[in-house]
Amino acid sequence: MRDLNPRDADAVVIGTGPGGATAAHVLTRAGRSVIMLEKGRNHLLALDAPFGPLGHVSNDELKFTRRHFLGPDPLLEPRTFRDHDDETEPLWVGDVNNLPSTVGGGGFHADGKLPRFREVDFHAWSELGPIDGADIVDWPFGYDELEPYYTEAEQLVGVAGDHTANPFAAWRSGPYPMPPGADMFCATVTAAAAERLGYHPYRAPTGVNSVEYDGRPACNNCGFCAFYGCPIEAKGDPVGLLRAALHTGRCEIRPESHVTEIALDATGRRARGVRYLDAQGDLHEVSADHVVVACGAFETPRLLMRSGVGNPDVVGRYLMYHLQTLVLGLFPFRLHAHKGRAVTHLMDDPIVPDAEAAVAARAAGLPYFRGGIVEHGGAGQPIMEAIHLPPGEMHSRLMLDSPMRDCMAAFTMQGEDLPQATNRVDLDPRVRDAWGRPAGRVTYTPHVHDVACALHWAPRLEAVMKDAGAHTTFWVTSPPLRDHRRPGADPTPTSRHVMGTARMGTDPRITVCDPHQRCWDVDNVIVADSSVFPTSTGYGPTLTIVATALRAAGLLVGDATPSPIPISRSASR
Amino acid sequence: MDRFLSDDEHRTLAAACDRLIPPLDAHPGAAALGVADYIDALLAAFTVDPPRIWAGGPFSGRAGGDGHFDEFLPLSPLEELAWRTRIEGSQGDPAREFNGPVAGWQQEYRAGLAALGDDFANQPAEEQDRRLAADPAFKARCYQHACEGAYSAPEYGGNRDLAGWRAIQFAGDVQPRGYTDTEVSGRA
Repeated sequence: MRDLNPRDADAVVIGTGPGGATAAHVLTRAGRSVIMLEKGRNHLLALDAPFGPLGHVSNDELKFTRRHFLGPDPLLEPRTFRDHDDETEPLWVGDVNNLPSTVGGGGFHADGKLPRFREVDFHAWSELGPIDGADIVDWPFGYDELEPYYTEAEQLVGVAGDHTANPFAAWRSGPYPMPPGADMFCATVTAAAAERLGYHPYRAPTGVNSVEYDGRPACNNCGFCAFYGCPIEAKGDPVGLLRAALHTGRCEIRPESHVTEIALDATGRRARGVRYLDAQGDLHEVSADHVVVACGAFETPRLLMRSGVGNPDVVGRYLMYHLQTLVLGLFPFRLHAHKGRAVTHLMDDPIVPDAEAAVAARAAGLPYFRGGIVEHGGAGQPIMEAIHLPPGEMHSRLMLDSPMRDCMAAFTMQGEDLPQATNRVDLDPRVRDAWGRPAGRVTYTPHVHDVACALHWAPRLEAVMKDAGAHTTFWVTSPPLRDHRRPGADPTPTSRHVMGTARMGTDPRITVCDPHQRCWDVDNVIVADSSVFPTSTGYGPTLTIVATALRAAGLLVGDATPSPIPISRSASR
Repeated sequence: MDRFLSDDEHRTLAAACDRLIPPLDAHPGAAALGVADYIDALLAAFTVDPPRIWAGGPFSGRAGGDGHFDEFLPLSPLEELAWRTRIEGSQGDPAREFNGPVAGWQQEYRAGLAALGDDFANQPAEEQDRRLAADPAFKARCYQHACEGAYSAPEYGGNRDLAGWRAIQFAGDVQPRGYTDTEVSGRA
């Protein structure tokens, strides 16, 4: 067939973040040819052998956090946000949970906390049961099926961690590829207090090298981690996967290539390929046997809607974030949380309900609730600190003493966000992007479960801060609870964990993708990002994006079981 | 450093920013930190090529390695569209107005500084504060940019002699040296 119908590539992959990079890696190692289309610029790696770093990444707060270096620029690609359907005017236009739009995608700026989900997360409906107003469902496969892919994902990305440390962790077939890196002082102070109060903090699994790994050096603790790329490539996600794909000689990455639509054949049941605009605005079509959509859970449904692909009753719906509870403690001494890899300690206690949580859930009219992982972190860089202070003498005084940066510890609970059909991404009726197409619009309100859980855990985490030695504590949630919202302030969730907008499952009437992550209606289109997640869990999604993409792409090339570890490793363990 | 502002505007801006970030104990004021130079360099970013938007990398040379921060990175055509719109305003150009007209920072500063008065720099602090308070939006814009100019890498024009970072006990960019495990895990 191929001779009669030549294709530009066996597969075209849209998006170069963790999901797309994983799919490209699996396909190319199986001998398939891949063209990767990336909307954003390439600042990550040379596209000619030996695919070395470009040297664009730097310890530069202004460039990465104020000047949209990794995109998307909100002037070019505005998004809109409202919290209910009856709001005809958006509450906010601009940056709404923007993940990087650049070669490497969300993996570029993440600080690489890479926990696995737990067994129960895949069977929440069966094991825990329904909650009114939410559409809790089981995943179409369980943890046991995904475990080998988690193991492979940890090896491909390069995860450092201690497999004995977390008493709530799911079973695992082996240790992490690397031991944990240096503990941050700030986290050792708060973790010790958490232990005293009966919680179970542990050294975080991070996709940051603690030793040389896969030809990349150990992290040197520069501290410009979350929201930055790594200038020395000590973070493996996604540069390791992309470089491995490029080294096969069967992968081509085309940056600044904006996909306009998935092109369907005359039956409308098969994708022929995709059409995209290049940097000059010229339109191209790439033909391929398979189309892998990995644009992230905001852009993936937008592309599917534009293309008329995906169950129109479901695509874009069940948008989930994490409801973040930020608990802040000001200390009478400096914590220097700007040194190190952003977060070195986590704890899962709020994910596993105890007797107190059960009582609190019932009091809120809920059968149960589950919070999320708690990150033991601190504040970061000075421009962010400065902008949050009032102008005048108070500015200079507080910058000198630095209560909000150098003396502040922060817990972030990534609370599970229950799936609701009314929370969704669709197309804004008025606001346009730079290509003249409708901007994506978010409609989102957290479930009463998410809010009740935040209200339960915030004072408990404040108590930990106080025990650790904080003289002042306070907490906020993101998105802000309705009665905490200030006029003119950003009402959007700051979470960059975006999930659920092309959910997978076994019933084509209520899902977009089948259990192999193929679109039910156009089965040579697979979705390889967190759009397919049926629930959000209380854990960061990245490792599960990689694991599920390994599984989906492996099924595509006929893998029966996970294949052996394909990359060379030079870890001096 | 190329400039957008006139000498008078520059002087007014430096005085205004010095009220937002005033000198206090070991903390230099915005004027001594060169914050007005930073803002002027931003407003004049497109007078040089590549424009002064994104400093290069990976290292500045301050913590070892060869320094490349002063080699600014080129913008794509779309990125140039965004940054010119932000700085110069949309000026009726349909390519910049797909969501309607956009006021540029150049116009904001030109009008805002004129409203502060050409005698602003010579006024007592109380009068300067009163005039700044008259336009909260412009004051907020100045403050946001003053914070950037005080604590960003000096290649962007502010943080003169690294005095902003030094005052707040911040080392700034530290690659490729980084921090030792002891520096990370130990008490400061």
